[in-house]
Amino acid sequence: MAERKLLPRDNDEGSLLSKLGTDSPKPRVKFGGMFCNVEGAFENKTLNFDSYNSIQTEPRPSGMGLIFVPHCSVSSLCLQADRLIIKGGKVVNDDQSFYADIYVEDGIIKQIGENLIVPGGVKTVDAYGHMVIPGGIDVNTSLQAPQLGMCPADDFYHGTRAALAGGTTMIIDHVVPEPGASLLGAYDQWRDLGDRRSCCDYSLHMDITRWHDGLFEELESLVKDKGVNSFLIFMSYKDKFQSSDSQMYEMFSIIRDLGAIAQVHAENGDIIDEEQKRLLELGITGPEGHVLCHPEEVETEAVYRAITIAKQANCPLYITKVMSKSAADVIAKARKKGMVVYGEPITASLGTDGSHHWSKNWAKAAAFVMSPPINPDPSTPEYLSSLLSCGDLQVTASGNSTFSTAQKAVGKDNFTLIPEGTNGIEERLAVVWEKAVATGKMDENEFVAVTSTNAAKLFNLYPRKGRIAVGSDADIVIWNPKETRTLSATTHTLTVEINIFEGMEVRGAPVVVISQGKIVLEDGKLDVTEGSGRFVPRKAYPDYVYKRIKARSRMADARGVPRGNYDGPVHDVISMTKSVPATPTSRMPQFPGKGPLGPARNLHQSGFTLSGTQIDDHIPRRSAQRIVAPPGGRTNITTLS
Amino acid sequence: MSDCRRQWNREDELPVYLAGPITTGPNQRKSYGMFTSAEGACDSTTKDYDNCAAGRRGTRTPRSFSRDRLLDYAENPVPEAASEASEVQGCGSLVNSPGESEDGRQGVATACPSGGQCQSSQEQGKNGLLIRGGRVVNDDRSEFADVYVEHGLIKDVGVNLTVPDDVRVLEANGAMVIPGGIDVNTCLLKPHLGCPPVDDFFLGTKAALAGGTTMIIDHVVPQPGDSLLEAFERWQASADRKCCCDYSLHVDLPNWNAGVQDELEVLVQEKGINSFQVYMAYKDMFQMTDSQLYEAFSFLKDLGAVVMVHAENGDLIAQEQSKILSMGITGPEGHPLSRPEELEAEAVFRAITLGNRVNCPVYITKVMSKTAADTITQARRKGSVVFGEPITASLATDGSHYWSKNWAKAAAYVTSPPLSPDPTTPDHLHSLLACGDLQVVGSAHCAYSTSQKAIGKDNFTLIPEGTNGVEERMGFVWDKAVAMGKMDENQFVAVTSTNSAKIFNLYPRKGRIAVGSDADIVIWDPDRTKTITSKIQQSAVEYNIFEGMECRGGPVAVVSQGRVVYEEGEGLQVQQGSGRFIPRQAFPDHVYQRIRTRNKVKGRQGVTRGMYDGPVYDVPAMPKYITPSPSAKTSPTSHQPPPIRNLHQSNFSLSGAQLDDNVPRRSGHRIVAPPGGRSNITSLG
Repeated sequence: MAERKLLPRDNDEGSLLSKLGTDSPKPRVKFGGMFCNVEGAFENKTLNFDSYNSIQTEPRPSGMGLIFVPHCSVSSLCLQADRLIIKGGKVVNDDQSFYADIYVEDGIIKQIGENLIVPGGVKTVDAYGHMVIPGGIDVNTSLQAPQLGMCPADDFYHGTRAALAGGTTMIIDHVVPEPGASLLGAYDQWRDLGDRRSCCDYSLHMDITRWHDGLFEELESLVKDKGVNSFLIFMSYKDKFQSSDSQMYEMFSIIRDLGAIAQVHAENGDIIDEEQKRLLELGITGPEGHVLCHPEEVETEAVYRAITIAKQANCPLYITKVMSKSAADVIAKARKKGMVVYGEPITASLGTDGSHHWSKNWAKAAAFVMSPPINPDPSTPEYLSSLLSCGDLQVTASGNSTFSTAQKAVGKDNFTLIPEGTNGIEERLAVVWEKAVATGKMDENEFVAVTSTNAAKLFNLYPRKGRIAVGSDADIVIWNPKETRTLSATTHTLTVEINIFEGMEVRGAPVVVISQGKIVLEDGKLDVTEGSGRFVPRKAYPDYVYKRIKARSRMADARGVPRGNYDGPVHDVISMTKSVPATPTSRMPQFPGKGPLGPARNLHQSGFTLSGTQIDDHIPRRSAQRIVAPPGGRTNITTLS
Repeated sequence: MSDCRRQWNREDELPVYLAGPITTGPNQRKSYGMFTSAEGACDSTTKDYDNCAAGRRGTRTPRSFSRDRLLDYAENPVPEAASEASEVQGCGSLVNSPGESEDGRQGVATACPSGGQCQSSQEQGKNGLLIRGGRVVNDDRSEFADVYVEHGLIKDVGVNLTVPDDVRVLEANGAMVIPGGIDVNTCLLKPHLGCPPVDDFFLGTKAALAGGTTMIIDHVVPQPGDSLLEAFERWQASADRKCCCDYSLHVDLPNWNAGVQDELEVLVQEKGINSFQVYMAYKDMFQMTDSQLYEAFSFLKDLGAVVMVHAENGDLIAQEQSKILSMGITGPEGHPLSRPEELEAEAVFRAITLGNRVNCPVYITKVMSKTAADTITQARRKGSVVFGEPITASLATDGSHYWSKNWAKAAAYVTSPPLSPDPTTPDHLHSLLACGDLQVVGSAHCAYSTSQKAIGKDNFTLIPEGTNGVEERMGFVWDKAVAMGKMDENQFVAVTSTNSAKIFNLYPRKGRIAVGSDADIVIWDPDRTKTITSKIQQSAVEYNIFEGMECRGGPVAVVSQGRVVYEEGEGLQVQQGSGRFIPRQAFPDHVYQRIRTRNKVKGRQGVTRGMYDGPVYDVPAMPKYITPSPSAKTSPTSHQPPPIRNLHQSNFSLSGAQLDDNVPRRSGHRIVAPPGGRSNITSLG
C-alpha cells in the first residue's frame, strides 16, 4: 500500500495515459501482464486505500471537504472485496477472448492466467459458463443537470446504482453550468456531488452553455488541472445554450489547442424554435409536438454543419446522441472522407422508437421526450445497431436523465416545457447485446468495444478502464449471455415511474458486477456504497483521437503566392461608411474585448504547426500526474510535447 | 445612319416595344399550338394589346405599370412625343456610355452598318421574318420546320408555311433553331463599395445577345437598410434605358424585417417579381440567421415566390478570412482558401433542410463545387423541391488560376462561392446537368475591371467578386456537354433556356419555339469553333477568365423580339433600351404544384388525450438568455418580440404566472393563409 502511494510522486513528470493504448510495435503478451504499476492519480481523491486494508477500523478521512457518509456495510464489503479471484470465465476484451482466471487485489487486476497462485482466504467468484468483460462505460449521463430548475429524479446515487445494476461501472456525467456561470464553479459543484453520492467511478464532461472569450482560462484550467478533456457544445436550445457557428469555430479551435474533444449536441435550434411556435399555433401541445418540431432533418443538418466546422478547425468531433438514420449516415460518410468524427447512439435510439410519443397515455408519451427525439421510424434501432457493428458509430451511451411524471407534467399543456430525458443507464448493455450480439450483427469483442473500450480510448481512460489486463482497474462484469429478462419499471433500479423499454425482452444480463475490486452485484442483490465512486481525471491529447489531428495540423499549412506588387490603376472607392469593411474587420466591434484575444489565438494556431514548444510548456506545469506504464511499453509516437 | 435609326424606331421598334407577350388568337394556332390563348401569366400586367395588334402608330401607352414613371426620366431614349430629333439625340447621348467607345475595337456595329441592312430590318418588323430550313429544337423534341415570326411573336411553325411575299428570309441551312438562351443570374448593376461593374445593362445584354442569350434575369441588390422597392425601381430604370434584350429581375434580400415583408408583397403582386435571393454568407452585411431564413422562406412560400439562396457559411468564412489574413496571405489565393468547398456544401445542405421544413422551393444559385452539387442531387433523390444552377465559370474553368503569378489574372477569377480548385469539377457538373440533377445554367456575369479588382490588391477580402460569362455561357455548355456526348441538343435547350423559363414562370412565352411564344430565337451552328479572348468579346472587362479556350458551337444568327440582332458576317445590331421588362407571376407551376400538394397532405395532427391530472412539479423562475446571432447587424426586434402573451401559455392553469415568466415570450405570429387553404388540424385546445 505504501509503495502504491509513493508511485505518483515518483513518476510525476512523465506523460500519463496519453501514450497508452497506442499501437505498440511489440506484440501484446497474451494475458496483458505488461504493466504492473498502479496509476496513482488519486491524490486529490477521497479514497483512502488504507481503509480498505485488513485493518478496517480506520475511518475514511473526511479531508478534501467531503462528507464522509458512514456505512455499516463498508467494513464487511472491504473484507470481501479486498481480494477476489474470478474463476473459469471467458475473458472478453475488444481484441480477443480467452479462458483465464483473474485475481483482483486493492481494486486492481493483479494477475490473469490459469492456475494463479493467490493468497489464502480469497473470495472466489464463480464465472463458469459466463463471460468476463470489462465493466461498461457510459459516457453520456446527465444525472444532475437541472431543467427549468428541476433536478433529475435519479441523481448521482440512484443513477450510478442503476448503472452498476446494469453492468456499467463507470459513467461520465455532463456538468451543465447555468449559462454565464463559472465553469469551474459548476465543476466543483458536480465534483462535490459526485464524490459524495456516486457509487461507481465517474468522470465529467463540461458543457459550454454560453461562450465568451473569458472562458478560455477556465477551459485551460479544466484541461490541465481538473482532468476534464471533453466539452459539449450546443447547437440547439435557442436563447439558452445555443452557440453560433462563429462561436463554435472559436471553441473548436481552442479545444483542439488544448487537446480536448469537442462534443456537440447537434440540432438546429433556430429551426426548432420556429417549428415549436408553429406547432403551438396549430394547437398541438402534447408530447407528439416534440417529435414534430424536432424532425430528423434538423438533427442531420446540424451534424453536417458540426462536421464541417470541425473540419475547418481541425478539431476532433464527437456527436452525442445519434438518434436518426440520416444523422448516422452523415457521420459514416464523413468518416469515409477522413474526418475525425465519432458518433454515439444511445440506449433509447438503439432500443425503442418514437412512435410512443403518440401514445394516448400522456405520462407514457412524455416519458419518451428527449432531444434529439427518439425517431418515429421503427427501423432506426436496427439501422443504428448495424452501423455500430461495422464501426461507423463507435460508442454507446445512455443519455440518462430521468424526470418523474410530476416533473414531466410541467409541460402538460405545452410540450416545449416537458423536461427532456429518458432512462437507459441500466438497460444499455442488455439492449446492445439483444439488438446487436444476439442477432448476430456483432461479436462479443465488438460488444466490449462499443460498450466500454472505445469510450475509454476516446476519453483517455484506456487501459485503466475498458480492458481486462494486469494493472487495469478491477471494474469487471460477469455476463451471462443466456439469461433472458423483461425490462420493466417495476423491476428497474431507477426511481422514475416509467421505463421507456417497458416490456422489452432482452437476452444477456450481468450476474456479478465488480466495481473497484468490490462485488456490488451478486445473486441479484445490489450492494453499493454511496460516495465510493472516485473521480477519474482524464488527460488531454488522447492518442486514439489526436494522433491524426496532430499529423494534419502539420500538413495543413496554407501558403500564399509570392507575386510582384500590383502596380496598375486602382479604382477609387467612394467612401461609404456603412459597407466599407467587408468581412474580417467588421467582426471586431461586435465582440468587444475580442481584440487582444484574436491575435493570441492565432499565435496558438501557428505555433501548433511550427513548433511544439508552446504546448510543451504546459506539461511540466501539471500538478497531478499519474504514471502508468502502458502494456507493450511506451510507444515512440512523439506527442506534441 | 441617323436616318436609318430614326426610321427604325418609328416604324419597327415601337410595335416591338409594345408587343404583348402572347397575343395569338385561337385561329392563329397551327399544329404547334399546344398552348392556347395568352396564358394568364401576363394578365396582371398592363400590356396594351390594342397597340400591338393594329395601332402600331398609336400614341405610346404604358406597356407596363412602370412605364409612366420611366418616361419621367429625362434621358429616356424614347420619349413620349417620339419626335425624331429627340430620339436621335437620346440615342446619341447613350452612345457615349462607357461601353460604346469600345465598339470600334470589337468590330461590332451597334447601329446598322448599311442602309440595306436597315431596310431589311425595317421590313422584318413590318412583314415578318421567316427562318427557313432549320431544325427546330425544343426541350422535348427536334424536327425540321420553318419558323415564321411577326410582331415579335412566333406566328407559325411548320413546313411549307404560307407567308407574305416580302418577308425577310433567314436561311438556317440545316442548322439548329433553338429558343434563345435565358441567363437567370447576372449582376449588371450590383455595386461593390459603391462602384458598379464595368459591364452595365447595355454591355452585358449586348454580350448576352452575341452569345445567343436573348433574355437575362438580373439581380437587384439593395444595400442593407435600403428600400427594396426603390432599389427595384432604380434597377428597372437603368435596365429600361440600356437593355438590348428582354430582362427580368430577381430581388436580393439584404436583411429580414417586418418592413421588408410589405415590400415583398408589393413586388410579387404588383411588380412582377417572383424570385428573391437570400444570403447565407457575407457576414454582417447580407447574412441571415437560420431563424430569419426560416421566416423568410415561410413568407416567400406563401407569396408563391422562388427562394434563391447564396449558399455559403458566412460565419466560418469570416473566421477563415481573418485567419488567412493573419497568416499574411493577402493575394487572391486567399479567397478560395478562406472559402473551402465544404462551407458551400454545408450551406447548401442547410438551405435544403430549411426548405424541406418550410415546404418551400429552394433554388441554389452558383453551384461551384462537386460536393455542393452532390448535396443537391441527394436531396432531389429524397424528394426535396430544390434546383441547382451551375454557372459558366464553374462549368468551363477551375480555380487553379487563383494561384497565378499574375495578380490581375488571379483576381479576375474571384467570385463567390469560389471556383473549385479541383480540375474535375466542370466535368462533374456537366454530368449532373446532363442527367437533370442540376437544371439551369446561369452566368453570374458581374464583370469588374482590373482597376476595380485592384481595390483589394492588399487584401483579398476587398476584391470585388464576379466573373464574366454571359457571352460564353451557351457555347461552353455545348462544347463541354453536347459536343462531348454527355447531353443531347434537347437537354441543351432545357438547361440553357426552357428549365429556367419554367422555374421562373416565363414558360411558354420564353424558352420554347412554338406558336405564340416570343420570337427569341437562335440559329445555332454546332460546328463553329471559336477561341475565346478578350479581344473579340463584347464585355468591357480586360481579363476574360476563359481566355484562350476553344469552344465549339455558337450562334449563327440571333433573333430577339423578332428582330435579327446578330447575323454571322453582319455583326451585332443591338438597340440600346429595346429590352422589355418581363413581369413574372407568382406560383410557377413547375415549382409550386408539388409544394401545393404537399401542403395539403402534410397536415399535422395532435393526439387527443384526456387531461393529465397527476401531480405537477413546481418550477422556479429562470433568467432569459438570447442566443447570439451569427450576424451582428441583426435587428434586435427579431429576437425580442413584443410581450404579447401566447394563448397557449397563458391558459396554463396551475401556477401559470410563474411558468409564463420563465418562458421566452413567443411573439404573435402573422397568420398567412397557405396556398391551398388551411389544413384541417383539429385543435386540441
